[in-house]
Amino acid sequence: MSVLQTKNLTKRFDGINAVNNLSIDVEKGKITSIIGPNGSGKTTLINLLSGMIKIDDGVVSFNGSKELSKIQPYQVGFYGVTRTFQEVRLFEQMTVLDNILVVLTERNVFNSLFEKHKQYHLKKAQEVLEKIGLWEKRNQLAVNLSYGQRKLLEIARVLGVDAEIILLDEPFAGLFPEMVKIVSGIIKELKQKGKTVILIEHNMDLIRELSDHVFVMDEGKLLAEGEPHKVLEKREVVEAYLGE
Amino acid sequence: MEYLIHLAILFSIYGILGISLNLVVGYTGLLSVTHAAFYGLGAYATAILLTTTGIGFFLSLIIGVLVAIITSFLIGIVLSKFDDDYYALASLGFNTIIFALFLNWQSLTRGPLGIPGISRPELFGFDFSSNLSFLILSLIILVLIFYISKFIVNSSFGRVLKAIRGDEKAIQVFGYNTAYYKLTIFVISAGMAAVAGSLFASYITFVDPSSFTVFESIFILAIIILGGLSNMRGVILGALFLILLPEALRFVGFPPDIAAQMRQVIYGLILVLLMLYRPQGLLGEYKL
Repeated sequence: MSVLQTKNLTKRFDGINAVNNLSIDVEKGKITSIIGPNGSGKTTLINLLSGMIKIDDGVVSFNGSKELSKIQPYQVGFYGVTRTFQEVRLFEQMTVLDNILVVLTERNVFNSLFEKHKQYHLKKAQEVLEKIGLWEKRNQLAVNLSYGQRKLLEIARVLGVDAEIILLDEPFAGLFPEMVKIVSGIIKELKQKGKTVILIEHNMDLIRELSDHVFVMDEGKLLAEGEPHKVLEKREVVEAYLGE
Repeated sequence: MEYLIHLAILFSIYGILGISLNLVVGYTGLLSVTHAAFYGLGAYATAILLTTTGIGFFLSLIIGVLVAIITSFLIGIVLSKFDDDYYALASLGFNTIIFALFLNWQSLTRGPLGIPGISRPELFGFDFSSNLSFLILSLIILVLIFYISKFIVNSSFGRVLKAIRGDEKAIQVFGYNTAYYKLTIFVISAGMAAVAGSLFASYITFVDPSSFTVFESIFILAIIILGGLSNMRGVILGALFLILLPEALRFVGFPPDIAAQMRQVIYGLILVLLMLYRPQGLLGEYKL
């Protein structure tokens, strides 16, 4: 069953098609990886799906929603979508705990004035921070964490919101092997819970280990798709990475 | 003693202005240069109502706050289209427009002549005509504004403001329509500035446009940058410092013909040095 669909999705930057007429179907409850050489349009695709940049042409639908040609970032949560960023984007001057609580608490402007956080918000924050081993550092400012810890905190923020579709943009980049184990464990657990994970990653061992389905992009277009062990052996995919 | 009470009243008024602007600039990261306009709206509302109608100070204060809220709501909708430097420039433009209204809407504001004869507050028969009683009133309001602001920044709402300051796009992805938050805090802040304006008009008993120029907005901005962005106690310290410093320089003993200019030079120099060696302000958490 399809949980995310794009039809003829296009994004141009200065006349260059960063995403070019892309039509994909992502299956519910699976780990789908998007791979491709640098500049192939992977992050642009994630940015389009999360409303961070405007769609030039084409449409997107989430979970059987109507076809959307305009997506505002604040709407994607409504469609059950959340994401991490290629370059970690935390709320640097807030504590580790507040980085999680802020995505859990009241969305209504008026009500939020009269709420600090509920006990169950704190419980959820504790649960996700313990999962990534940062509960002890909950009162530290995010800016003071190491790179790896910052990356983990961003993933914890995503776990907090309990979204149906989770877009992870290079979650393993720059992580120590121990942290890679934690993150890959979290991704597997998300799949067990029936969540849909869309993963951008360059490490092919991790792609083979985690993915159910792979989309290969090159110059904004879909080059190939299928099961990872089959797709990664295709000649055109190898050529896209290594050159002809 | 009267002189010290006068300074303390000015400190209370600028403390309110600093705390309220800090909600927008310090906690939300929006560089607003339009605060003097809302300060002026409160002052003019009180001045006009007290000199032309029979209503009391506190009702005039409430009306002044409502005028500032409605005006800031409309300005805030326009400002929500801008980011960063453009936001600052657009807000500066609005300060200039409202200043021009104070100056040129002569049938209402008497233009550059100003409005004299504004009465002091009265509450349940108690008269705040002495400076000491006015000081007590303005300090009570300062404390009230301080705790209301503290309540706001410690709420979920305040946490979202800090997230907007940190990375607006990132917090939007988690389902927050940040425009509503920015507009709400802008309106709350403007309402608080109008309270300071009402106090100012009633204390000085005279208002004219020269008190509400863009330079006044910059002065209020200097209070919070110097005191420390997103730090309530820092803002209080900043207000104290910037109110007292020029007064302290009066006693340095410069020759009378250059005293005023020298005070300005030293005042400016101290601010530059503070920003060089303490860019996050006296008690601040982060740099602008």
